[in-house]
Amino acid sequence: MSDTHAQSVAYVRETAIPPAPAPVNAAGPVKWMRDNLFATWANALLTVAALYVLYLILASTLPWIFGGLWTTSSLAECREILQGKSAACFSVLSERWNQLLFGFKYPSELYWRPGIAFVLLFIAFAPVLFFDLPRKLLILTALYPFVAYWLIWGGSILIPIMALAGFVGGYVVYSKLVTRNFAAGFFGGIAAAAVIWIIGDYIVGALASDTPWLTPVPSRDLGGFMLNLMLGVTCVSLSIPLGIALALGRQSSMPLIKWICVVFIEFIRGVPLITLLFVASVMLAYFFPPEATVDLFLRVVIMITMFSSAYIAEVIRGGLAALPKGQYEAGDSLGLDYAQSMRLIILPQALKISIPGIVNIAVGLFKDTTLVSVISMFDLVGMIRGPILASTDWNGVYWELLGFAALLFFVVCYGISQYSQWLERRLATDHR
Amino acid sequence: MSTLTDPPTGSFRLSMLLNDTRYRSMTLQVIAAIVLATLLFYLYSNLAANLRAAGLNISFDFLGSSAGYDINQTLIEYDSQSSNLRAAVVGILNTLLVAVLACVTATVFGVIAGVLRLSNNWLVRKLMAAYVEIFRNIPVLIWIIIIFTIMTAVLPGARAYLGDDPERDMLGGVIALTNRGIYVPSPFFTSGFGGGEGSGLNWLIVLAVLAGSFFATRFITHSADAKQEATGVRPKTGLLNLAVWFVPLVVLALVLGLSWDLPDPLANRFNLRGGLQIGAPLIALWFALSIYTGAFIAENVRAGIQAVSKGQTEAASALGIRPRRVMSLVVLPQALRVIIPPLISQYLNITKNSSLAIAVGYADITATLGGITLNQTGRAIECVLLLMLFYLVISLVISAVMNVYNSSMKLKER
Repeated sequence: MSDTHAQSVAYVRETAIPPAPAPVNAAGPVKWMRDNLFATWANALLTVAALYVLYLILASTLPWIFGGLWTTSSLAECREILQGKSAACFSVLSERWNQLLFGFKYPSELYWRPGIAFVLLFIAFAPVLFFDLPRKLLILTALYPFVAYWLIWGGSILIPIMALAGFVGGYVVYSKLVTRNFAAGFFGGIAAAAVIWIIGDYIVGALASDTPWLTPVPSRDLGGFMLNLMLGVTCVSLSIPLGIALALGRQSSMPLIKWICVVFIEFIRGVPLITLLFVASVMLAYFFPPEATVDLFLRVVIMITMFSSAYIAEVIRGGLAALPKGQYEAGDSLGLDYAQSMRLIILPQALKISIPGIVNIAVGLFKDTTLVSVISMFDLVGMIRGPILASTDWNGVYWELLGFAALLFFVVCYGISQYSQWLERRLATDHR
Repeated sequence: MSTLTDPPTGSFRLSMLLNDTRYRSMTLQVIAAIVLATLLFYLYSNLAANLRAAGLNISFDFLGSSAGYDINQTLIEYDSQSSNLRAAVVGILNTLLVAVLACVTATVFGVIAGVLRLSNNWLVRKLMAAYVEIFRNIPVLIWIIIIFTIMTAVLPGARAYLGDDPERDMLGGVIALTNRGIYVPSPFFTSGFGGGEGSGLNWLIVLAVLAGSFFATRFITHSADAKQEATGVRPKTGLLNLAVWFVPLVVLALVLGLSWDLPDPLANRFNLRGGLQIGAPLIALWFALSIYTGAFIAENVRAGIQAVSKGQTEAASALGIRPRRVMSLVVLPQALRVIIPPLISQYLNITKNSSLAIAVGYADITATLGGITLNQTGRAIECVLLLMLFYLVISLVISAVMNVYNSSMKLKER
């Protein structure tokens, strides 16, 4: 082979030329920069402008953050040490750390209780958030509300146990009866739970000792970021079932049910959350029986739950509407009744479509829990604007405190939205 | 063989109410109606009992009585002797003012950030992504407080601008940034109707001229379109349009004697006099709502542009249309259809979030009717009901108007 053309040509290359590296400006970082930063004149100008803006931001904040003081006991002392230099006085965070997290009235020797509840929150949520974990762990999730209630509010352990017993009894009756008829199971379950709660009320009244294991803490002593987290978690968990019910009601073929749901949803969506919080703080008490004293925390939970359930209902309605009609017809043709076809066929698919929307609502709701500071509850923002900035030691430490609050919310909300994107990819079963 | 679809002919049994699909929905609705009525009656009887116990009644008479408090930023005449109703109207106008301002600026921010997020420039893309994530994930209340704090704690007092030799110079000699707000020159007319500053007639004339210019430019565009259809050549309209907008305004300014009332550092020893003062609360609320909602709008704009399929851009390029014209003639009109519905709900959000004004002391409807009036008169139920009614009406009106616009933009399919 090699000498085929030996007579006709002077030289025949026998080996391939080794591949040469690409020219410097057509590969590697230089090419990347040319493509992405300096593609055109206008683009280069934009890059320079962006770099300048970035420099301005970093040059003013970085020295301020890294020069910050963490150990002084008041702003005056900070200023003395800094001698007019511009730097942060983070000591307010270290000194008021507990107040920022737990509020200023929660007994300091009991901080371990909400602390444990917070750690348990992750354990309780893990099986809900990550499907790969064993399903048996969901029992922990079901137990969590009662444990958390007992830890945070304290008081007699009989109260959460009786509440739990009611749910367990209701569930047992429901699962016995539901094989025959969904309505019988549903109403039977509710009736059984109610009976157990009424009996439990007497038992608690009779047996609860005056000195329970955990000192009771009244709701008005809750505060700080704990209050935001509690409101966010409680209201989102409560509003998802309510939202599903409202969405189904709005799709119902029964005009009365449909109109009740439409009016409720449109009314709630038409007014700002602040007005609903006003209702909770000044108006709702008028609608309870005169002898009942429903504390502000519960009233706020009721109103925020109503608020978010209307929004979640709309998201789920979108999910229901996005399902092809064939799915509904398939359920009917299999002979399933309404409850069965919803439970087994429609809702699993509709909820899957609605997950990103529900997470958006949850993030928005968590951010909106800061509004309770307007009706003088001392959540994180309320603590910062109220007791901390008003104290003589820390009057004027705005940026450190507001930056800290912003950072806390950013971490939580950004984390949730990243989770939702991960979940969307996990659940994408359609083939692309 | 007999048909199986014959209805059962037996007599009516009670269990059929639940088990027969012909009657079941009726039964369920009757049960729902009874439950609802019971619940409403229960709430109403509680309300009546509570009101009796407290010696109160439901009455809207308080709206007519004197409010007794001052409002620092008003669009209409108001003093502490005015009625509570007038205070509420002042609040409504303030709510609308900040909502309209914030809608406009939020759209501007959002469109810029949304387009830049699709830029070829990596750095700009990342910066805009950071802007969107940072502002979307931090509560708007915190943003409002941060910007309000910047206004009040960082900017100097009005005193810094006073005297012959002030500590700080006004921007361009006419704009003063102080911790109470921003002072800008305010225009007035020296020789118009009524002569004085307070005459609203002059402003009506200005508005009428602007509306006239608007319709004139629309007419010019239409006739240019018609000519292009007929001859294939589009007449140049840019200069003509510019003239139609500016010449009448300049003439009007000369005729009416437009003059500017500047903030005067020498008139008073304690505060700036003259000019238009835009209060710090208004600016904080306006700016915070704009950048916060702008981040959401940016995402909507980005999603809208990305929703236009690539084939459209390629088809336009294949027809020989230049890239900039592709954007304005092909991509944006289609993207707009996707963008507008979420944009409507962002505008609704701005209007509802403007109720956070109460956190920085801007006198919107929530702060006047739901705040001071409520606390002074103790008429909690009436005030909150009126407040909700107002927001409900606003929400319904905005969504109705925007839906009309939306349906006019919709793809006309045959």
